[in-house]
Amino acid sequence: MNIIVCIKQVPAKDAPLAIAGNWIRESDIGFEMNEPDSYALEEALRLKEKHGGEVVALSMGPERVKQTIKEALAKGADRGIHIADDQFAQLDPLGSANSLAAAIKRQSCDLVLTGLQSDDHGFGQTGVLLAGLLDWPHATIIMAIEVQDRKMRLKRELEAGWFQHLECPLPAVLTIQSGINKVRYATLKGIMAAKKKEIVVITRESLSASSEPTQRVEKIYLPAKSKKTEFITGTPKEVATKLVEKLKFEARVI
Amino acid sequence: MKILVVTEQRQGKWNNASFETLAAAQQMAKDTSASVSALVIGKGVAALAGEVAAKNVAEVLLVEHDLLEAYTPDGYCVALSQVISAAKPDLVLFPHTYQVRDFAPKLAAMLGKGMVGDCIGYRYEGGKLVFVRQMFQGKTVADVTFQAAAPWFASFQAGAFRSDLVTAHDSGKAQVNGISVNLKADQIRTKPLDLFKEAKSAVDLTQAPLIVAIGRGIKAPENIPQAEALAKALGGEIAASRPICDEGWLPMERQIGSSGQTVAPKLYLALGISGAIQHVVGMKGARTIVAINKDQNAPIFEIADYGVVGDIFEIMPALTEALQQAK
Repeated sequence: MNIIVCIKQVPAKDAPLAIAGNWIRESDIGFEMNEPDSYALEEALRLKEKHGGEVVALSMGPERVKQTIKEALAKGADRGIHIADDQFAQLDPLGSANSLAAAIKRQSCDLVLTGLQSDDHGFGQTGVLLAGLLDWPHATIIMAIEVQDRKMRLKRELEAGWFQHLECPLPAVLTIQSGINKVRYATLKGIMAAKKKEIVVITRESLSASSEPTQRVEKIYLPAKSKKTEFITGTPKEVATKLVEKLKFEARVI
Repeated sequence: MKILVVTEQRQGKWNNASFETLAAAQQMAKDTSASVSALVIGKGVAALAGEVAAKNVAEVLLVEHDLLEAYTPDGYCVALSQVISAAKPDLVLFPHTYQVRDFAPKLAAMLGKGMVGDCIGYRYEGGKLVFVRQMFQGKTVADVTFQAAAPWFASFQAGAFRSDLVTAHDSGKAQVNGISVNLKADQIRTKPLDLFKEAKSAVDLTQAPLIVAIGRGIKAPENIPQAEALAKALGGEIAASRPICDEGWLPMERQIGSSGQTVAPKLYLALGISGAIQHVVGMKGARTIVAINKDQNAPIFEIADYGVVGDIFEIMPALTEALQQAK
């Protein structure tokens, strides 16, 4: 079974965000693999271990994205595809999906996996849009995958503790819920092996998959507070004493 | 402008977020002099359509088909794309549920359009609708506008609007119009099977008056006993945000948030929780929220009544001691 995992590189979780117009200043911060996508990658590697085939890590963005592809290769992906685009952060969800779909169509692939959303834009649309563009069936927020005879039995998460099983034929697109598995770390051996693995670079323009933007992020800004927070300061001991007093006599909740 | 609200039901029961979105649509209609229609989709759901018709809507579209009894993304996309092409709304609104996330972006794309998902509000400025949504896990918000011609597609986050503000129809009931759709079994490629809940959870956090919740800031499973000691001193239950349960550091039944339990305790003490929206929707109804986090810009402070910017590993033991002494 050949699997393509769409992996996004996003600002590191603890990176201080300096807003610049409709994006952030990228110069002083670190980037990492989008966490939900790391679960998708892990799931792809496990499926390959069980059923054979190859795992391809596909990522779009500027040069820095290569680092994340290398991480995927070190964990066990067989090869990487980098869709090079310096303006990636400005693409709308359909624009991203069009380019990814064009790259996927050039491959021989049975299954496309993505995380359920990205930790930066958080559009949460890529997987579903890819399914539409490839004209493949899809399912989202998946918590378990069993493959048998070109068919998958899936466990899909619904809200408030509910789940649903469903059957889906291959080829298909799935978006993976975080927590579906335990993500592996790259081993030293894996990191060494990754150096010999291939990363094919294609420019986004060369895919001729540009689409008119359907939407535009005009600007981003810090949220307004909905509640007035009373900040308590002092040494840990002072903070603790003040907090207990507040909860007891002001909020009257303990 | 014509606004169409696509409501959501499962097995004949409403997803209440449908009415939050209807409230948003009614407010938007007032601002923009638009009309609001509602759409009910499924099989044997005429009674639900009748219920919406009693609200202040111009019309209810009832889309019924044997193949729409259980939700499938293929069935919904095929049916709704036909209805939208015929009804020609300018704006199609959805509640941002797991189900909507599963099909609405594709539905919009089938019609060559884009969707702005998970909005928390909107503004009407200079004749233009600006949609407001969160980015970077709630650390920032963004203004988003549609670039192409209508129809536009947008979904509203649960809790963004109040369902009790939905206004009733002023002269009885709106007309319910059945719309037939052309849908064949072979167009539906996935097969939905059983709906189920995991083994009944031993702890019902929804009934706990005092909750101590931990997030990524707890760093390692070895540190959890410190938070448990604090919960014990408080006489409360321990709970967690999703990443902690994903790691297996606490059982899934202790998870608060969109995929876990929704709670509204007297006191919610958030330790090292940044406040991503998936967590916040599960606890923002708490009467008093205390947040302790080393990052003063953590979004959890937006909803906290009391905030402490500091190291949870210094404050947890001090607070445990202070609570024991206060008894």
